[in-house]
Amino acid sequence: MSTQSTELSAPVTNGSRVLTKSWKGNIREYGMLMALVVIMLFFQFLTDGVLLKPLNLTNLVLQNSYIIIMAIGMLLVIVAGHIDLSVGSVVGFIGALAAVLMVNLNWPIIPAVLVCLVMGGLIGAAQGYWVAYYRIPAFIVTLAGMLVFKGLTLALLNGQSVGPFPDTFQRLSSGFIPDFFGAGGFHVTSFLIGMGLIAFLFITGYQQRKNQIAHQIAVEPLQFFLIKNIVLSVAAGYILYLLSTYQGLPNVLIIMALLISAYTFFTNRSTVGRRIYAIGGNEKAAMLSGINTKRLTFFTFVNMGMLAALAGLVFAARLNTATPKAGLAFELDVIAAVFIGGASMQGGVGKVTGAVIGALVMGVMNNGMSIMGIGIDWQQVIKGLVLLAAVIFDVYNKNKSA
Amino acid sequence: MAAILEMRGITKTFPGVKALDNVNLTVEEGEIHAIVGENGAGKSTLMKVLSGVHPADSYSGDIVFENTVQSFSGIADSEQKGIIIIHQELALVPQLSIAENIFLGNEQAKRGLINWEQTFKKTQALLQKVGLSDSPDSLILDIGVGKQQLVEIAKALSKNVKLLILDEPTASLNEKDSDALMELLLEFKRQGMSAILISHKLNEVRKVADSITVIRDGASITTMDCKTNPIQEADIVRHMVGRALEDRFPPKTATVGDVVLEVNDWNVFHHMKHDRQVVKNASLNVRKGEVVGIAGLMGAGRTELAMSLFGRSYGRQISGEVKLRGESVKLDTVDSAVKAGLAYVTEDRKNYGLVLIEDIVKNISLANLNGVSNRGVIDATQESGVAEKYRTDLNIKCANVHQKTVNLSGGNQQKVVLSKWLFSNPDVLILDEPTRGIDVGAKYEIYTIIDQLAAAGKGVLMISSEMPELLGMCDRIYVMNEGEMIGELTADDASQEAIMSIIMQAGSKDYVDAVH
Repeated sequence: MSTQSTELSAPVTNGSRVLTKSWKGNIREYGMLMALVVIMLFFQFLTDGVLLKPLNLTNLVLQNSYIIIMAIGMLLVIVAGHIDLSVGSVVGFIGALAAVLMVNLNWPIIPAVLVCLVMGGLIGAAQGYWVAYYRIPAFIVTLAGMLVFKGLTLALLNGQSVGPFPDTFQRLSSGFIPDFFGAGGFHVTSFLIGMGLIAFLFITGYQQRKNQIAHQIAVEPLQFFLIKNIVLSVAAGYILYLLSTYQGLPNVLIIMALLISAYTFFTNRSTVGRRIYAIGGNEKAAMLSGINTKRLTFFTFVNMGMLAALAGLVFAARLNTATPKAGLAFELDVIAAVFIGGASMQGGVGKVTGAVIGALVMGVMNNGMSIMGIGIDWQQVIKGLVLLAAVIFDVYNKNKSA
Repeated sequence: MAAILEMRGITKTFPGVKALDNVNLTVEEGEIHAIVGENGAGKSTLMKVLSGVHPADSYSGDIVFENTVQSFSGIADSEQKGIIIIHQELALVPQLSIAENIFLGNEQAKRGLINWEQTFKKTQALLQKVGLSDSPDSLILDIGVGKQQLVEIAKALSKNVKLLILDEPTASLNEKDSDALMELLLEFKRQGMSAILISHKLNEVRKVADSITVIRDGASITTMDCKTNPIQEADIVRHMVGRALEDRFPPKTATVGDVVLEVNDWNVFHHMKHDRQVVKNASLNVRKGEVVGIAGLMGAGRTELAMSLFGRSYGRQISGEVKLRGESVKLDTVDSAVKAGLAYVTEDRKNYGLVLIEDIVKNISLANLNGVSNRGVIDATQESGVAEKYRTDLNIKCANVHQKTVNLSGGNQQKVVLSKWLFSNPDVLILDEPTRGIDVGAKYEIYTIIDQLAAAGKGVLMISSEMPELLGMCDRIYVMNEGEMIGELTADDASQEAIMSIIMQAGSKDYVDAVH
């Protein structure tokens, strides 16, 4: 009986097998990307086309920039096998610090920003020290940090909002890159920069594929690769076009793009990035391979602190005021984004691009549901269920392939 | 004698793989039936079919137990009939007591309230049967592995066992505990219990088994009757690997040179219990091209010695001198030890050796990422090339080098770990139980690699609990006992008896010291 079944399943054509294999191997990445597209189309339909209006698209970027910035740092922390619950409070605290420095003490912008970033790094160091060198669970250390910095925010602001910030600082998150061609309605500089970037990504993607073939890494079939990249390029080009018909590329989008590329490179290609993945995958084996696991764990927290500080600055600049409530519950959105993006709770698995897509999924849902007038109550319910569904999907796939 | 169990024509397919192909197994009532075979031969799958882990509709063939065809849909079904399996990885909760573990899931309770008095009384009776004198109150984490194994057996006895299945019960036991366990098994046999013993250790199989079934590549090759005529180990091995293994060790090709590693007066204390010294004034040396063994019972302090040498990755208050190539060196971190030319291949490759979720390429480069990178940027082409080279050199069997290491067999996993350390280009390799859990065929390959390393002028320090392996491979053997180096034998003088007698003498000296 069972002999028959093996014979029946044996003749599978080679091509379709390769296709299913590459689909299965990348199901998480493609799946996430497709989910994002589907969710966008879904809300585009339900909001009668408001979602992809140039103004709203710009808003979408601005609203989610700080979550995406933190998701990158959180990805590293989670890949290393830890968690950081304090980032929301750090956002509030750094916003308050920036306000005190710039508004109350009239510091110039650049030193104030630098002090804030260094402070973020120090906060990360203070927490990472206990996690890395004393092996106190990160959950507890950063839970304590969450309370501490929430309290310090209140203390720093005396429980009141402080603002407004200087104009130049506000442009960190509400400014756009200048248009050198000045063609009136259409932002030519932005469009050209964006198109250049898309072409660059397409070409590097193709070269990477060629490189992989050269040293015999299994790749997706060419038509698959082309379809995927053309669809992505067209979609990105369309969004770029829409943004260009408004005010062009926001400054913060440029910051984000730089961070995303830098950290993608860091996680994929650098030895330090590789070692962080190894620590998350098997800390003891990493340690016995000569990797300084403590120092790298410490580093991921310092990095997280700095990125949280940057996010705090962006958020404060966007609100144009520092309030005691700033950053409240941000850590949940950030952590959710990383897990929706395919990272593993056990550590060792996860991608920067995944975390960014995860953050966008959350962002588009927030934005779309708000436009539709769905109350904050049901928004929370739906977001919670989406997080659960994404992780269940992940685990289900892993079990099936194992 | 009637058969208690008959498995007829068992065939089990996983997607794309036929794990079992028409396997037949007959266990007579009251006998100890051994099942041997290489790793991945299908022994565990067969036991999973028998115990209902793979339910009745997932395979073809019949299981006849006590003359009735059974269709188990889960472990609960098979246990109810009296088939109890004890897995290689013990299923005990370390933080719970012996009594709690024995009656876990089978609590002596009325309406959800546990009757502790009855629990303890029954536990005591069971412990007596397996020859344990520990209190039922003792926590599992406070007793040794050998005793834990006995607790597992006591747990099986609490379930009215008719057929006891032991999967590699002595894999992590020392010789003394193994012997005791085999004695216990024979005692149960005298009381009429039937048992299936799965083991890699052919000498112990030969000692206790009434019949031996050999499984190879998912098929039952033969069943040998041990009662009528004694079976030679070579016969079993021949059936297991499908060819005769005349030489279990490759011929030595290395020439011995100057001393490359020298350790003097090495002391190490336990990492938790600070007053317990695990290595006491140990001294040793290894020459270029030499394979030096460290023999000793489990708990002798061999792994502790190795890991403390390797960048102080174990222990506290470490003192002593290490000389590499004649120069005194300070190896305070693993990184400094690796850079100084030391490599340590762990005894526990899954937990300490490999990042299982990563592929072969990334595991091999891990200890020497600088060797495949330029200013901190990894050259993926070069990295894959390195992996390809070791795949060929060490004959790592895999679909391709981007396969995750979790999916490799034990022998191939060990080759990946060895590759990792070869790529770090060490002068001295410390190999801790290099063939543990590896099947016979792959063992020979590992031995060949070790010999090649020595021939390339590297010093090899080899820790092993398998004495034949030490005797077959080493130029010199140190004997370690309770943290001390108590003997040193050349290859010519060394024999199993010589080593054991050194250990026994040390033991009795301790006893005499204690009495006086």
